[in-house]
Amino acid sequence: MNNNRVRTAWLFLAPMLLLMAVVAVWPLLRSVWFGFTETNVNNMQASRFIGLENYFGPYGLFFNPNYADGFWQSDWGTAIRNTFQFAFVSVVLETLAGLGLALLLNQEFKGRTLVRTAVLVPWAIPTIVSAKMWAWLLHDQFGLVNQLLLDAGLISQKIAWTADASTAMWSVVAVDVWKTTPFMALLILAALQTLPRDCYEAAKVDGVHPLRVFWKVTLPLIRQPLLVACVFRLLDALRVFDLIYVLTSNDSSTISMSGLVMREMVDAGNVGFGSAASTSLFLIIMLTAVVFLRATRVKLAE
Amino acid sequence: MMQATTTPHTPAGDKRPMPSTPLRSRWRRAWHALALLLLTAALAAWPTARAATVTISCGANAAEIEHCMRHAEAWAKQSGHTVRNYSQPGSATAALAVYRQLFAAKSSDIDIIRVDVIWPGILKDHLIDLKPYSKGVEAEHFPAIVSNSTVGGRLVAMPWYTDTGLLYYRTDLLKKYQRLVPGTWAELAATAALVQAGERAAGQRDFQGFVFQAKSSESLTCNALEWIASFGGGRVLDERGEITINNPAAAKALATAASWIGTISSAGVLNYAEEDARGVFQNGQALFMRNWPYAWSLAESPDSPVRGMVGVAPLPMGSGDGARHAGTLGGWQLAVSRYSKAPAVAADLVLYMTSAAVQKSRAIGAGFNPTRPALYQDAQVAAANPFMASLLQTFEESVARPSGLSGLKYPALSLALTNTAHDVLAGKISAEAGVRKLEGQLKLVRRDAW
Repeated sequence: MNNNRVRTAWLFLAPMLLLMAVVAVWPLLRSVWFGFTETNVNNMQASRFIGLENYFGPYGLFFNPNYADGFWQSDWGTAIRNTFQFAFVSVVLETLAGLGLALLLNQEFKGRTLVRTAVLVPWAIPTIVSAKMWAWLLHDQFGLVNQLLLDAGLISQKIAWTADASTAMWSVVAVDVWKTTPFMALLILAALQTLPRDCYEAAKVDGVHPLRVFWKVTLPLIRQPLLVACVFRLLDALRVFDLIYVLTSNDSSTISMSGLVMREMVDAGNVGFGSAASTSLFLIIMLTAVVFLRATRVKLAE
Repeated sequence: MMQATTTPHTPAGDKRPMPSTPLRSRWRRAWHALALLLLTAALAAWPTARAATVTISCGANAAEIEHCMRHAEAWAKQSGHTVRNYSQPGSATAALAVYRQLFAAKSSDIDIIRVDVIWPGILKDHLIDLKPYSKGVEAEHFPAIVSNSTVGGRLVAMPWYTDTGLLYYRTDLLKKYQRLVPGTWAELAATAALVQAGERAAGQRDFQGFVFQAKSSESLTCNALEWIASFGGGRVLDERGEITINNPAAAKALATAASWIGTISSAGVLNYAEEDARGVFQNGQALFMRNWPYAWSLAESPDSPVRGMVGVAPLPMGSGDGARHAGTLGGWQLAVSRYSKAPAVAADLVLYMTSAAVQKSRAIGAGFNPTRPALYQDAQVAAANPFMASLLQTFEESVARPSGLSGLKYPALSLALTNTAHDVLAGKISAEAGVRKLEGQLKLVRRDAW
């Protein structure tokens, strides 16, 4: 009987497993395999096994003697730096802004449901659309942002937000914060709503300062869900591609790891080298997630 | 239910179960009906089976597509075939990537590919030899372009129109400030600074002296190659494929271009491709523009704010040994995909589109430079494009990108050049450090051989 149930369960799972194998496992394995070969998109059948050369060879991703100015100045090193810079700054800002927004939305006020829905709009817009929209808003010649700042007298001449190396990454961060803060706010709000009321009533009776309540009661209680939300955002931010690709020139001041993978694999047609880069990207993200979870002692499965 | 319907027909006493003749006969009847239906359909479809549908990649902007489709539709009407347009991505880099993926999948979605002058070496394995169809007509085109389109003795593409980098200027503003058309980059910078200051003081706060293409893409490769070649800095690789980019003239060229950003060009140029630059220039917000010939007819179109105020000249030259006027050789050919389902029909359309009549009409109507030298002597072509006759020499002296030498690795070479040039223009690294780093990157791209 029990055996039968197990068999039935497998039977029901089979189509899903098969689909996963076809659309996820097979491409993944193939991509990892390509990383050990020299393959050009021109003729994918004519690939040559070269072992770890794409990673550590004289022309590989790491420890490469041909990097004129060291690893961190190389294309791959630059992409890693850019990605972590973007991920760190945007996740910190989104968490802070999201927390603030969630605390605000957790209050009782008129029209709360409407505001809660409205806040989600940026998150609901596809990234490509919002990136294109912001590209127009931030355009140096016709952009609304420059016009408003000029009219307000805050800047004396138009700024090329997405093109200038000194502002390009910050523009990307700003748009990402605009887009993703609602997501963080939503997750934190969900956590806030599960908090027990009695702690707060006790604090109120004792006349504790609201800020102290926040530090001593609210924050410790939502720490776990907050960190889980951070992990989600961090992993997402490390994969960033579309926002940077659409918004900026995708040059060395903003290119992300995914952007470099796309550039090598699709634009240059180096399927082997690009796959090696994408495999390293996967390992780097996994390593970051493990380190983050260890450091913050978050348990994803209770 | 089936039993109920079959029972009356089953002979009494027959113990055989279900597979009865009536059922089979019903199947047979269904088969007959189906066969009849298919036959009718096949007969009805007979004329269209011969008339193929051909998808042609006409261009990347609306005007280009409109002009191209007008001729393609005329061919369709004449030949009885159907023609469809595929709008190619605006960036040539993105377009090449799309085609390479389609070819890797052996897709027959696009029959006729618009091939950039740098692509024949990259796409050669996926394009058919047009010689059996052209019957020697390629001899009427510029020999240099035909040889660029011939790989291993196979004519993989037919020349359609040719391009070179040109300097566009505002005749009215040069007259107003009593300046001549600049012959060197130094003169261009001086004139641009003067006019920009004057126009900004006169109220046009966004006026720019010089707009060009510095977005990280193939466009920047073309621009950078022009600067480098104009200062005598070579063309990245020498004749034998050795990497020559790390030289003082090349560094000086990039440093000169970097000095324009923030002075005569806004930093926004760092994100400009061809159409962005044209938008600014055509709105009357720039004195000089570097662009391809296509911008001429658009700048002269009836709704253009700068109509009648635009001049075209060769790009300025640099200084030092080997300084010269240098425009990057561009241009597009038409090729037939190996995976096309109707290669003969597609080849026929390619030959029609590249014929003297169509090239002439495109030259007059939209300013596309013919690839047939004979058309440069044509009075109507010259009347519509006053600069075209003088362009003949500029074209002949155009600098070819090192695509023939680097073959399949050209896209990676171009990306490296673009990124370095962008870094130098953005002020992230010095020009000297840039060319040194680029040399290292190109070694990575080349590996053991091109």
